Amino acid sequence: MTTFLIIAVIVLFFVVVFQIAKVSEYVSVIKGEENARKQNNKINGFLMLAFMILGLIGVWYCNELLFKKTLLAYPAASNHGEKVDEMLWLTIWVTGSVFVATQILLFWFAFKYQESDKRKVFFFPHSNKLEALWTVVPAIVLAVLVIIGLKNWFSFTGEAPDNALQVEVVGKQFGWVFRYEGADKKFGKKYYKLINDVDNPLGLIWNDNAELNLKDDEKSHDDIVLTQTMYIVKDRPVKLIIGSRDVIHDVGLSHFRMKMDAVPGIPTTMWFTPKYTTTEMKKITNNPNFAYEISCDQMCGNGHYSMKGNIEVVTQAEFDKWMASKPAAYVSAHPEKNPKADSTKPASAAIATAVKSVVKN
Amino acid sequence: MSNEAVLQAESAIATHHEAHGEHHDHHHQETFISKYVFSMDHKMIAKQFLITGMVWAVIGGLMSVLFRLQLGYPDTSFPWLEDLLGKFWAEKGHITAQGYYALVTTHGTVLVFFVLTAGLSGTFANFLIPLQVGARDMASPFMNMLSYWFFFAASIVMVSSIFVETGPFSGGWTAYPPLSALGDASPGSKTGMDLWLVAMALFVVSSLLGGLNYIATVLNMRTKGMSMTRLPLTIWALFFTAVLGVLSFPVLLSGFILLIFDRNFGTSFYLSDIFLTTTNTALPNEGGSAILFQHLFWFLGHPEVYIILLPAMGMVSEILSVNSRKPIFGYMAMIGSLFAIAILAFLVWAHHMFVTGLNPFLGSIFVLLTLLIAVPSAIKVFNWLTTLWRGNIRFTPAMMFAIGFVSLFISGGLTGIWLGNSALDIHLHDTYFVIAHFHIVMGVASMFGMFAGVYHWYPKMYGRYLNTSLGYIHFWITMIGAYLIFWPMHYEGLAGMPRRYYDYSIWESFKNFGELNRFISTVAMIVFAAQILFIANFFYSIWKGRKVTTLNPYGSNTLEWTTPINPGHGNWVGEIPEVHRWPYDYGKDGKEYTSQTTPVGADESHH
Repeated sequence: MTTFLIIAVIVLFFVVVFQIAKVSEYVSVIKGEENARKQNNKINGFLMLAFMILGLIGVWYCNELLFKKTLLAYPAASNHGEKVDEMLWLTIWVTGSVFVATQILLFWFAFKYQESDKRKVFFFPHSNKLEALWTVVPAIVLAVLVIIGLKNWFSFTGEAPDNALQVEVVGKQFGWVFRYEGADKKFGKKYYKLINDVDNPLGLIWNDNAELNLKDDEKSHDDIVLTQTMYIVKDRPVKLIIGSRDVIHDVGLSHFRMKMDAVPGIPTTMWFTPKYTTTEMKKITNNPNFAYEISCDQMCGNGHYSMKGNIEVVTQAEFDKWMASKPAAYVSAHPEKNPKADSTKPASAAIATAVKSVVKN
Repeated sequence: MSNEAVLQAESAIATHHEAHGEHHDHHHQETFISKYVFSMDHKMIAKQFLITGMVWAVIGGLMSVLFRLQLGYPDTSFPWLEDLLGKFWAEKGHITAQGYYALVTTHGTVLVFFVLTAGLSGTFANFLIPLQVGARDMASPFMNMLSYWFFFAASIVMVSSIFVETGPFSGGWTAYPPLSALGDASPGSKTGMDLWLVAMALFVVSSLLGGLNYIATVLNMRTKGMSMTRLPLTIWALFFTAVLGVLSFPVLLSGFILLIFDRNFGTSFYLSDIFLTTTNTALPNEGGSAILFQHLFWFLGHPEVYIILLPAMGMVSEILSVNSRKPIFGYMAMIGSLFAIAILAFLVWAHHMFVTGLNPFLGSIFVLLTLLIAVPSAIKVFNWLTTLWRGNIRFTPAMMFAIGFVSLFISGGLTGIWLGNSALDIHLHDTYFVIAHFHIVMGVASMFGMFAGVYHWYPKMYGRYLNTSLGYIHFWITMIGAYLIFWPMHYEGLAGMPRRYYDYSIWESFKNFGELNRFISTVAMIVFAAQILFIANFFYSIWKGRKVTTLNPYGSNTLEWTTPINPGHGNWVGEIPEVHRWPYDYGKDGKEYTSQTTPVGADESHH
């Protein structure tokens, strides 16, 4: 019932506005179009000025309300992020001052030069000097911004330092899979046709496979494969090798100010050095629930909005301890081949194999 | 109703019938079909484009209201939505994720292509080119008619995709494969995507037929004395728009054809190494590049934003000059900057792809070329400002929208400097900052250009005025609303909030904008309602508006105001007038305006 009432009110409002507008047109015809036009001109000239003043106040007020919710309210969490923020501030000042100056000119001119019988229009078709001025000045300012931007761009996209921790990040609908190198400090080979979601979500090559013409890659046997949360180390560069299992995703790391697409078939990379552990960041942001989140930033299907991963930034000691607790994916999939454990659990291996064959069929 | 009598007074100067009576070249007996349906009169085709565009704008706008409802009120249930739209779109009173993405995608496609390309340049290129260059019609009226009907066919196919069982395409208007190539990756990529591709292919045909015609007309059909440097800036802008379209739409079509092959014929242009979780299968495709599509897409996609923007720039230049009663400042610089923008439009496409793993060196070239566009844009802005300076401004609704356009173009253009700089784009890419940027600079600004054009040339289109008071109300609500909607989105972007999210509640980093989203959604609904007011005004005024009683109501110099009030097919009665001067002699030698048809006097000053 209320819905209908609301609709009725809206419709009524429309009709009233429409009728008033119609009447005002009749009135203007009676008053004389010239007079009516002049009156409208005055009102709108004044509104232009009012819009400018209220608008600029609005810009300031909006900033008051929202600035503290942006990432600029506290420091960036990576080395690259600090550069990005520096550049952001410079760009804000440059474009911000141009914005204020040109908007003021625009609306001030509109107000000031509204029609008046007294004014004689200034016939001013061109001026080479002025035009040269506003070609050259923006060109110089932009050159400065480009130089700073490209310097940062090349350092962000350049090679990661040698001591970087390498992590593979693979997107799939709708989640993230992470792989660490394991004890041998090398990633083993993988092939997408070996993927199964039971125990080998990345398709690591663990056996010879004549059908697919693949050779067992020993290096893949100690690779650690995880989902949900990725651990990285404070002050140690991390290089992400990014891929996708299905459609294009994007590793979005807003706190580190980094982003890179995950493209099926074409690996991409990204590196940065985290500056604060998750615990430190909780204090900095004054938010006990703070988390470094990986957001998918490329439309990837109906679950796009829920494609979340987490990053824990920890100290090297914490990282080593955590790493030691994680078994290699190969070992989890083949408990009978685990050299450490006693091989008295053939049952679970059989179940895993059975599940695998079910999935494959 | 004596007032009615005043409003409806017959014009004393020229009537429709006189125009026809004296014009013998063309058919005397027009049927309803030949006049209103399969018309070859450029003015009627323009109106067809405009009204179809308006229908699309309402559909596209309504879609944005629906998905804003989800973003603003994610926890509220609206049972009437399910009654109205059904379970597919709104289950239990909530917009579904599938429905949300379908709405977002269709909103984007429709607004970019069907409204701001066909509706904007289709309308004004058709309407203004022959009238302002002094031609009786387009170079090929028949092709022109086909252009509209291909657009109409595209529209029908696009509308039908909304009603298929698996829903319309839902992978974003950019349609990146593999998502758009694989029905198993998203239900929207099934039949809906096939229809989307067919509709877009038809659309490209329409756009090419129109574009070739516009170019041919501007180059070959100008009246005596109308040299290229005497063309109004509207024509220059529409000319460059057509060139952009003709050179870039075929590339988009080629990209779509490869996509059709990947979808239906087992090729691997865009597909490689794919394992689908939904079906638990690895696909046989290997060796394709998903990024290839993005290159092909953005090779059109970037010029496309200028295809949308340039006509608005041209019309705004003309309207600012006419209503300031002052020549456009720096006419040659305006043409030069249009030309520079048109050239650069082809050389910046990869700035949409900075985070795809693009070669960093290649990326740096695109940064340079992208930021270069700011120079011609700055020239245009300052020239517009100088045009207003010491003018004698008449605030017609068209003029208000033109000034609004300049304001929005500044606001949205400046944030382009942020996004074009790749190091910043890494951070801001695919966040709400981008949404704010392109909606202001391309979406709303071009909409404003379109409104300005409609208000300004409506008297020429229908021989009647739009209601001015409604025009002012429409302007102020839209202007204030546009800033209230899109300005705060910059802040969401600076918080890293990704675009195309159905729900933010699970995200610690992005969930504290609920209140703001509610505010934005509410304003969006009000602004949408104001557009309904405009549409009511538009249709009401066709039949009931105040009649135009003088040939040249604005005191304008251009040729369209030398035609009869209701020009017939062929535009001029008798000879087409000869042109003697550029179109911007306003306020010269103390004369308020001097029509292009006035010969240059011996005592006239030079400029």
